[in-house]
Amino acid sequence: MSETTSPTSTAPTPVADSTKPLASEPKGRTGAARILTSRDAITVYALLAFLLYAAIAIPRFASPVTTGFLLLDVIPVLLIAMPMTLIIITGEIDLSVASTAGLTSALMGVLWASGMDIWLVLTTSLLAGVAAGMFNGLLIAVLGLPSLAVTIGTLALFRGLALVIIGDNAVANFPKPLTAFFTSKLGATGIPTVMIGVVLVMVFFGVLLHFTPFGRGLFAMGYSKEAASFVGIKVARSKFWLYVGSGAVSALAGIYWTLRYTSARSDNASGLELAVIAAVLLGGVSIFGGKGSIPGVIAGVLLIGTLNYALRLARVSDVVLITVTGLLLIFSVVAPSIGSAVKEWQHTRRVRRSFSQKAS
Amino acid sequence: MSSALDHKKVTTPVPGAGRGQGALASVLRLRELPVLIALAVLVLVTYLINPLFLTPQGVKDLLLNATIIIILAAGQTLLIITRNIDLSVGSMLGLVAFGTGSIFSSMPGIPIVAVFAIGMAFGAVLGAFNGILVTVAKVPALVITLGTLYVFRGLNNAWAGGKQFFAGDRPDAFGALSVDTVLGFPIITLLAIVVVLGVAVYMSGTRPGRDLYAIGSDPDAATAFGIKVSKRVFLAFLANGALAGLAGVLYASRFNSVGATTGTGMELTVVAAAVVGGVAIFGGSGSVAGAALGALLLTTITSSLTALRVDKFWQQAIVGVLILTAIIIDRVASLRTAKKLRISEARNV
Repeated sequence: MSETTSPTSTAPTPVADSTKPLASEPKGRTGAARILTSRDAITVYALLAFLLYAAIAIPRFASPVTTGFLLLDVIPVLLIAMPMTLIIITGEIDLSVASTAGLTSALMGVLWASGMDIWLVLTTSLLAGVAAGMFNGLLIAVLGLPSLAVTIGTLALFRGLALVIIGDNAVANFPKPLTAFFTSKLGATGIPTVMIGVVLVMVFFGVLLHFTPFGRGLFAMGYSKEAASFVGIKVARSKFWLYVGSGAVSALAGIYWTLRYTSARSDNASGLELAVIAAVLLGGVSIFGGKGSIPGVIAGVLLIGTLNYALRLARVSDVVLITVTGLLLIFSVVAPSIGSAVKEWQHTRRVRRSFSQKAS
Repeated sequence: MSSALDHKKVTTPVPGAGRGQGALASVLRLRELPVLIALAVLVLVTYLINPLFLTPQGVKDLLLNATIIIILAAGQTLLIITRNIDLSVGSMLGLVAFGTGSIFSSMPGIPIVAVFAIGMAFGAVLGAFNGILVTVAKVPALVITLGTLYVFRGLNNAWAGGKQFFAGDRPDAFGALSVDTVLGFPIITLLAIVVVLGVAVYMSGTRPGRDLYAIGSDPDAATAFGIKVSKRVFLAFLANGALAGLAGVLYASRFNSVGATTGTGMELTVVAAAVVGGVAIFGGSGSVAGAALGALLLTTITSSLTALRVDKFWQQAIVGVLILTAIIIDRVASLRTAKKLRISEARNV
């Protein structure tokens, strides 16, 4: 101990300090530079670069029609990706989101078919989503069960309930003005009117995650549950509310899905959970928790959506699209780990070199 | 996902902790027991209400329906025990099943054994691809295999397109595998039983098999202890791929048509079977026999509902409730073991 505590002013600077771990080496980046070279920023650059390329190289891409169709297609994923980002940042997961959306859709269909007032139908469906989220939250946050297992269970349960409610039927005769509203555009821009609501949801979750103590607590929980609860973060309570939020937003996605396609079915939005998780991970959120941002995720969702749309416009066959998503996902997680391997190699080389200098 | 690990560390039953309390006590502590009871009750109740349920044909159907999920669940158990997971099994099965169809259509005279060998080798290659990415890049298997789920499915789409192979495209002897029985057991079910026995012996009776539990309980400790974690995990992915390949070939034998969408969505059923069978989702405990029973239970529900004339729509909801019940039972059991361990440690001091 006595050697290490000697005042730094008199101690000669060591030629090589091999005892220092890699992580404590100065990164040399602070402030704006850190934000501009972060993992999320890279996703944003990729999105911008691709948009630019597509606008130039693909005929008919840069048009309001494109904006309209593209956004209408990505809205469900965009919505659900918001709470999913927060949940994965805490190191948990929610696989039941698409089933919750399906359950909401089924409920809407049955209630509307029974002659209920449409606003009452919408409210009830939204509340059903909240209840589904509370059920998840109860099992995961209160009983402390693993979220991966619980939400595989509720994935089957909620989809099952949707089937029990509506069976093989489909309800289609929703009020015309309402369904027309869900596909309407803001003037000549091609931006769907519902995007206003979606942006509100994105802003809500963005502010919640990045500008509130609650949000900072989620990052802390992702790094270490014990440490987080030690500094006074209410881990169980935060988790519970995250799942409630996830249920509510999934219900919104279910309502959107039903009214956009004018069809309430039990299998609406099925399989969407994996698409959402893929987009979130592509947006730079770490599956281990503790890392990620809302802007990165939005860029991730839009990148997958744009890529698929552009490939379709360029007459690349549909079958390739799914592979592109998979490869993007794998590349986005494997590349940083290759990067860190290179960094480690440089570090060892630097240490070796300084040792040999010392020796000579 | 590190979160849920904290309460899992003590779930593995301590050998010898209950020795002397007799065989009955150790049977009662078996993790597979609740699944077995549930299965027995389900079959019994269904039989009492509708005796046609247990005719030789009925039993044969039950076993046939479970066969493919059992084989996939056996492979998945190898991975989940080590804290990994493979979400791409459905896509791998689809690729191999379509591959089997195209082999028969291009080489009609090929021996059936060769088809099995090719299918398993193909699956093993796909599994090795997962394994390399997971072990070399040190990225969680959940993410990698979510990616390969899409990649393999896309390959299958590109390869198959709108094409399908039907029962008529394959030799009769191949189709007969899933029709003929030996002592009341369909041949492909016997194959599944052999697979489960083989994996069970490997996991509980051999050193590399026990290593898998050590890796799942605490990967860092396993590394410190000198277990070749990457190698074991890679081999587990390889084996899982080969089993998915086997399941793919059997799928082509059992079902009438294989095409681009074969096996879609199967991954969650397989993981669910393992979870229901008492395999802890965050590694370290569970058995392949449990996973096989879980698969049998999940697939039997469908037939039971039909036999009981319950709306088929209830099936998935019941599966969901089963999964949730299974993990709650698991949690309660692990809490009790933890309490018991605390008491016995206190006595030893």
